[in-house]
Amino acid sequence: MHLMYFTEQPMSAYDAKAGLDFGATALMFSNKHFDPVAGSRLYNEYLEHYKLAEQVGFDGIMLNEHHNAPFCMQAKCNVFASILAAMTKRVKIVLLGNPLPLAENPVRLAEELAMIDMVSKGRLVSGFVRGGGQEQLATGVNPAFNRERFEEAHELIVRTWTQEGPFRFEGTHYQHRVVNPWAVPLQKPHPRVWIPGVLSKETIIWAAQKGYPYIALSTEIEATKKIWQLYDKVAEESGHSGGPEFRGYLQRCHVAETEEKALANARQFMWMQGEFTGLAHPVWSSPSGYFSPAMRKAFVEYAVGRRSNPRGAAFEDQIANQQIIAGTPKTVIPKIRRLLEETRPSIMGFWSSDGFVSAADTRTCIKLMGEEVLPAVREIGKELGLWSPFEANAPTSRAFPQPARPADEV
Amino acid sequence: MADTTWTSETIPLASGPLHVTRSGSGTPLLVLHHDIGSLERLPFYDALAQQHTVLVPSHPGYDKSERPGWMRSVRDIAVVYQALIAEKGLRDVTLVGLGFGGWIAAEMATMAPRGFKKLVLVGAMGLKPEHGEIADQALLSYIDYVRLGFADQTVFDRTFGAETPVATLEQWDLNREMTFRIAWKPYMYDPSLPHLLGSVDTPALVVWGRKDRVVPLECGERYAKTLRNAKLEIIEDAGHYVEMEKPDALARLIGGVK
Repeated sequence: MHLMYFTEQPMSAYDAKAGLDFGATALMFSNKHFDPVAGSRLYNEYLEHYKLAEQVGFDGIMLNEHHNAPFCMQAKCNVFASILAAMTKRVKIVLLGNPLPLAENPVRLAEELAMIDMVSKGRLVSGFVRGGGQEQLATGVNPAFNRERFEEAHELIVRTWTQEGPFRFEGTHYQHRVVNPWAVPLQKPHPRVWIPGVLSKETIIWAAQKGYPYIALSTEIEATKKIWQLYDKVAEESGHSGGPEFRGYLQRCHVAETEEKALANARQFMWMQGEFTGLAHPVWSSPSGYFSPAMRKAFVEYAVGRRSNPRGAAFEDQIANQQIIAGTPKTVIPKIRRLLEETRPSIMGFWSSDGFVSAADTRTCIKLMGEEVLPAVREIGKELGLWSPFEANAPTSRAFPQPARPADEV
Repeated sequence: MADTTWTSETIPLASGPLHVTRSGSGTPLLVLHHDIGSLERLPFYDALAQQHTVLVPSHPGYDKSERPGWMRSVRDIAVVYQALIAEKGLRDVTLVGLGFGGWIAAEMATMAPRGFKKLVLVGAMGLKPEHGEIADQALLSYIDYVRLGFADQTVFDRTFGAETPVATLEQWDLNREMTFRIAWKPYMYDPSLPHLLGSVDTPALVVWGRKDRVVPLECGERYAKTLRNAKLEIIEDAGHYVEMEKPDALARLIGGVK
């Protein structure tokens, strides 16, 4: 198994009442509420947590990015990836991921990722995402071409990594006279690409066709099984077998010394889901052209307030269906076993805390995970035959069947 | 008012099929609808059809005209309509552009400075306001955006239903998506348009609702100033959707232009 530590890097140090009064904490919620003193403290705390996660035995650190919202302080995952590349020694740096459509110059992104891969000595896993709905607005990128830009930027980046330059690229959304960056990844054929997602069938199908692992983000167990059914079906049609090494699962999991404390802290996972202040806005989060056409009716009704968020569920329901796991190591391990038995992923991300959980409680959570939970999960993984892409020497992709390795180890 | 019969057809242009409804007789009026699309029939269209041959196309990618995936600008639509006029052999055409359709009409006029009988721009987008802003639908719900265009909300209720049907919302979403595809950035104006408008010799009538909260009146003033031969008419109790709020007044203004 490949076990990752994750935090959204919440910026909870702002006036919660201001968010509630405004009715949304995304896009148009004024950044006058951003406190750079708290921001500086929090960034440095998060770096300490990453360092601790490596010390206690996590295999990877998962990073992401969002824009114009307090629920995530990372505006550029490559910045933290760069810091971790130098600051850590062993963990994989797993970006889930760079929002490709937001890039006006994917070649620059390919360069940055190549630099991170070299500095980290080949520890980069470079996931790609479409970006959230509000991010299209925050960055001025046309939501109607989101998926086209995603696919085209991906093609350009993989070519930039794998094809000797200089070459010319004439796409629909990207045109480059000269592609010839003097930075290429250390890993060959190229760093592994994992594709995270929540809901869109199109992304699952695309990942399966490319032969990239798909990382289900906090979906409930039954929905996750349906994802794998679709993934494996498309994988088979595309000529590979699917199975555990193509499956990743991120789940919220808070561990504490007592059940009561774990549950109280886990309630903070509702923070970014709007129960306290992390309020999404139905129009900004689903601009026209961004969501799957098959979901048009649901999103249109959501946008005018006639339906709840197609992505939302109550805290109690999320505890019951294990979208949120909380407890002591002893009670959490069987719950994780259930997730693994039912959905059989080989890549597992643990989103350990959110909202106002204190730095001390987060450190305790990371330590308890490392000392007690991760060793048990590894044993369960072995018992269930859940071999990660690294353990299974899985192909990098359908197009590049060689397993990714640093060039000095090939 | 006499009964008006409307027919519709899909015209196979080289650029893609175009859905057009028509009625009436007399000199042709090409009516270009808003970014939200248009209902099949409006009292305003009926009023125009009393004196004119009225053609109301669905813009490419809007309502009943299928989406041309290649299209990238509002000027592309203007070119498609020049092809429609040629295809149907229409002469002495008056362009009536409503809001977003006004932008298309203005672009068409710049392509043929003496090619039209008359240019009517109603609350037209297309020019960058110097002081205010054009309301950005990307930040507004489907209903809020359309309501913003009405000075009198009871007209919205009567036209679209106080509880707007989901099918209408879905169509507004499809139309909004098409608008994003061709007018996302810069939003709702063309920086080159003011430099081209000055050559337009076609007699122009610029109509603005005093209470237009979608496109500021200053844009109407600028259109009237920049076009060579234009007159500005302001309708006091109307918002952006003058043709739905004051159909008879607007039809009279247009009908009076011979």
